[in-house]
Amino acid sequence: MTQMFPITVTVNERVYKRDVEPRLLLSDFLRHELGLTGTHVGCEHGVCGACTILFDGQSMRSCLLFAVQANGHTITTVEGLSSPYLGGMEGGLHPIQQAFWEAHGLQCGYCTPGILMTLVPFLKQSPNPTEDEIRHALSGNLCRCTGYQHIVDAVKLAAEKMR
Amino acid sequence: MKPAPFEYHIPDSLEQALDLMHQHAGEAKLLAGGQSLVPAMNFRVVQPGVLIDLNRLGELSYIQPENQGLHIGAMTRERQLEFDPLIPSWFPLLAEAMPHIAHPQIRNRGTLGGSLANADPAAELPVIMLALGARLKARSASGERWMEAQNFFSGMFNTDLAPDEILVEIDLPASAPRTGWSFMEVAPRAGDYALMGVAALVTLDENGVCRQARLVYLNAGDGPVDAQDAAKLLEGEMPNDHLIESVAALASEKEINPFGNVHTSSDFQRHLANVLTKKALKLAMKRVEANLP
Repeated sequence: MTQMFPITVTVNERVYKRDVEPRLLLSDFLRHELGLTGTHVGCEHGVCGACTILFDGQSMRSCLLFAVQANGHTITTVEGLSSPYLGGMEGGLHPIQQAFWEAHGLQCGYCTPGILMTLVPFLKQSPNPTEDEIRHALSGNLCRCTGYQHIVDAVKLAAEKMR
Repeated sequence: MKPAPFEYHIPDSLEQALDLMHQHAGEAKLLAGGQSLVPAMNFRVVQPGVLIDLNRLGELSYIQPENQGLHIGAMTRERQLEFDPLIPSWFPLLAEAMPHIAHPQIRNRGTLGGSLANADPAAELPVIMLALGARLKARSASGERWMEAQNFFSGMFNTDLAPDEILVEIDLPASAPRTGWSFMEVAPRAGDYALMGVAALVTLDENGVCRQARLVYLNAGDGPVDAQDAAKLLEGEMPNDHLIESVAALASEKEINPFGNVHTSSDFQRHLANVLTKKALKLAMKRVEANLP
């Protein structure tokens, strides 16, 4: 018989209670159980970074966590970025999103949610990053469209907006 | 892909975890950070019958200083090592290697104990712990024991841990004074598995004579490779370019045993080992002098 575990998880400031099978990945839980499809799934083995979320405020791969491990923890996904507690405006864009818009930091947009979630704690920790630091911070997020230049430009612009 | 079904346990204490390991010895896998295990499970390369999650064991997460050495709990996250205030001055070799470990998102979750127990030959932390002469403590339901890093790694993804043991602590002894360090690796892209890497430690006396040297390589065999013969060539000598050339030749041609892979031939790995050895030794020696009081 399938073992099910009751979990309580706070996602984007909302508390969810669900029963989950232990092998359910957190990425699939967010997308299929909660309908938060902004978290994208690329490689499902921790290489591409598309599924990056915040787990207790730190960026992590949601495809390398089981949903059951999120029990009692706080998750933020890209849908939570417009929330005021992360520095965004209710219903509006977070300054990092605004900067990506203005600096053409995305083309197809598949990698973008993961990149945005990587950048939230990065820009908090390094409000005035050098280009090298930006590129290092982005090293765990693959983008096949942009060649990264416009993403780096967007991060610089975001840092400026947030200082 | 998705992992195959497994029976899941999340103990609240080390004692509970040890009991579970005792009950399920042989069929249980421990889940630490999961940054290597979960991808392997997603690919179904690994299909444990029982998974014991250690992430609630706060008691295994600490960095405790003692006499210029450190006691580190096995569940300490790589991120905590990366940002620890003591490590850059006490164990600069470790500090230098940290940013090379995968990506920030991985280091936020990955643990020291997990990386060591996983014993990936291409991983940085096993190499660093071997170079620093770490001692490792394992517990089981029936007792505890200490192992030298030297004897802990026993082949490709293999360690000396018994099926019912849990790695609980890693101790780093104080470094000898006048020791220079260097960690270097070559990877196709930042954060990828390195094609080759080396950790070098060199202790020089006041006259510039080498008292002790250590060269440990990653992705150079079926575990971290300690090139002891090459390091011995340096001991008792005043290293010059000629000697360093011989050391690099011995290590890269005789002591390491790289297999090559889809990204590189073993010949190119040997070439990289040769070049990296020379660069790392020279930088380490320069740092002995720069670090003088």
